[in-house]
Amino acid sequence: MTTEYETHDHDVLIIGAGGAGLRAALGALERGAKVGVVCKSLLGKAHTVMAEGGIAAAMANVDSADDWRTHFRDTMRGGKLLNNWRMAQIHAQEAPERVRELEQWGALFDRTPDGQILQRAFGGHTFRRLCHVGDRTGLEMIRTLQDRGVQLGIDVYMECTISRLLKDGDRVAGALGYWREQGRFVIFRAKSIVMATGGIGKAWKITSNSWEYTGDGMALAYDAGAELMDMEFVQFHPTGMVWPPGVQGILVTEAVRGEGGVLRNKLGQRFMEQYDPKKMELSTRDVVARAIYTEVREGRGTEHGGAYLDISQKPPDYVKKKLPSMYHQFKELADVDITKGPMEVGPTCHYMMGGIRVNAETAESSLAGLFAAGEAAAGLHGANRLGGNSLSDLLVFGRRAGLAAAEHAENLSSTAIDSGQIEEGAREMLAPFERKGGESPYAIHVDLQETMQNLVGIFRNREDLIRALEELEKLKERGRGLSVEGSRLFNPGWHLAQDLKAMLTVSEAVTRSALAREESRGAHSRIDHPGLDANWGTKNNVIVRQGSAMTLRPSAVPELPGDLKQLVEEDK
Amino acid sequence: MAEAIFEVFRGDREGGQAATYRVPIAPGMVVLDALHHIQAHQAPDLAVRWNCKAGKCGSCSAEVNGRPRLTCKTRMDALPLDKPITVQPMKAFRVIKDLVTDVSWNYRVNKTIPPFEPRPGTDWKIYQHDVDRVQEFRKCIECFLCQNVCHVLREHEEMEHFGGPRFFVRVAALEMHPLDSKSRTRMLKEELGIGLCNITKCCTEVCPEEIHITDNAIIPLKERVVDEFYDPVLMLVRKIRGTK
Repeated sequence: MTTEYETHDHDVLIIGAGGAGLRAALGALERGAKVGVVCKSLLGKAHTVMAEGGIAAAMANVDSADDWRTHFRDTMRGGKLLNNWRMAQIHAQEAPERVRELEQWGALFDRTPDGQILQRAFGGHTFRRLCHVGDRTGLEMIRTLQDRGVQLGIDVYMECTISRLLKDGDRVAGALGYWREQGRFVIFRAKSIVMATGGIGKAWKITSNSWEYTGDGMALAYDAGAELMDMEFVQFHPTGMVWPPGVQGILVTEAVRGEGGVLRNKLGQRFMEQYDPKKMELSTRDVVARAIYTEVREGRGTEHGGAYLDISQKPPDYVKKKLPSMYHQFKELADVDITKGPMEVGPTCHYMMGGIRVNAETAESSLAGLFAAGEAAAGLHGANRLGGNSLSDLLVFGRRAGLAAAEHAENLSSTAIDSGQIEEGAREMLAPFERKGGESPYAIHVDLQETMQNLVGIFRNREDLIRALEELEKLKERGRGLSVEGSRLFNPGWHLAQDLKAMLTVSEAVTRSALAREESRGAHSRIDHPGLDANWGTKNNVIVRQGSAMTLRPSAVPELPGDLKQLVEEDK
Repeated sequence: MAEAIFEVFRGDREGGQAATYRVPIAPGMVVLDALHHIQAHQAPDLAVRWNCKAGKCGSCSAEVNGRPRLTCKTRMDALPLDKPITVQPMKAFRVIKDLVTDVSWNYRVNKTIPPFEPRPGTDWKIYQHDVDRVQEFRKCIECFLCQNVCHVLREHEEMEHFGGPRFFVRVAALEMHPLDSKSRTRMLKEELGIGLCNITKCCTEVCPEEIHITDNAIIPLKERVVDEFYDPVLMLVRKIRGTK
């Protein structure tokens, strides 16, 4: 049987329409490429819309001493020096221009009294650095980018999921996917592809991530032969909601602490004094998340197993102005008025520092023609990301990926795709309909989330990680036998069956990398190997597919040039 | 454990009917939680859009007990549980499947609106008091509930001649941007048909972001249209000069 499908041709295909994907589209468009953007949801609903606190950029509007060097140093130190230094440098240098650009495209940030973009404090940042709009910065950013992109003529394919990359020999040549609405297949032929698919949080039970965050881009890249890196570094945001059960994991922005929010345990103690007396609540996320987790584990947690986060000492009008969506979120979902009393918060799986390994200048992966930006890419954040550095990452490296992908496409003649890959991909996608009486993908997903939550969480040890690998093998086996009911018309069960494959791949990569790294660094904490290990401090874990086996090898962290090394080591 | 009974629309373009599901109630549960429970345990192919589950993305719009709502913000303990809770797709848009509707028309309208065009030579100094009102409009999460309840769209299906409240809010954000230099007044009058709105405020009532759509966006825009096209003095001048 030959598969029926429609075909679209682009110079550059961008997978994902969050901040990185849209900024990449604008970059590629700037170079005159024919650009297509594919996204799993409707346009404007990607995870960027949920980013709250702000965009980190050393604009020095509020603290005039700020500059790119300080931002660079903060980022490297936050990442425990595992970062790709060149990415951290480019990021710190280019972020202010990317923010100004947004303003020129119509974004309206909160203002300083003298009419500049206002900046707020955030964990790990030496100066007040986050450009923001209340606590809905991501919404402002995605609307600005999406409206500009649509006006300039990018083709957007909404509610479309990519299930496999297609290759022409050793290079990327296109992608096979399906329309979520009708379930029909679609082929995108492209000379360059940019992965901007975001993270992997849906593999954990308690997460701030939406259904889309299933690691598709990383899994697609891995399957096609590209390298992944730093997969052990999963960020647990210290403050997710813990009560009521339905909202568990939903993000409580770091801006609450940035605006003066205080953390206490059930005894009323301001426990951050024990963990980071200097930075207190504005310590880095890895430290604050472990602190809350430890307080709860040692019996000092709140009624629902979290910590209290209190901003009610500030005037109610100030809280409502600076944190409007937090005010509404707690009032409507948890019956808590945050202007009057504390929130209950606890760690939630939030962000993936690791991802597709890329070239710092061009964002190209180890696979020719495949680029990656934003959360799907690795390198900038090292072992731990600072709040606010994600939105700036999307802008800086989204643009670079788009420009480089367009340039790559210019130098290429057309590509060829053999139909065998398409047939195989289509067969795999339809298999769950043919199998009868298998398990529901929902049941397997729940068990995967339990496994990752319990065995590959904030604190890890060898025994748990080995058990997790065994569990993942069983889950993969169950995944191969699952069945899907109903038709191909907008069928979430079928969609989950596709996403599950990606989640299982990235979960295995996370677990293998976490097992290999026998030290505690940034977001990766090994109970059996507490403390930093100098030897591991010079290595990134790289994951690559060999045949059907996942293999891991350490790779040297690029060495800092002398002047930047000095900058990072300065006692400031 | 206490249970709620749900009657959820199941069907597609060809038609459909409500299916009944029983769902256990947990503290603080919202309607979207119940829909997820139905997917996981009873109907894996139940079509629902959602993303953030925190009222920030505007994906999960539906009609709960006849009221247009974000299902992620509709608490079960605010609904009477002695009778079934009905969940239906937004009525103004064509059903694709179950609770998922075809909202692509909105994206087509959006594409026609001329973008922000900064005044040449601006120094980009913008003051907070000048942007407060525009920031209100930019809170819009595009849930399209305002479009869904607007009778011009919902009952009269004037999609060809009317942009709807969402796009009046968008135009207001552009027109009132302190540095924008473009006029969209003619477009409001002609393509977007703002005259068809008779300010019943249904849109304002359902806005989950509490944007004062009618008072702060639509009425000021209507005034601009009136000033530009229906000012008696200007009309007289135009008549004498023979210009339009």
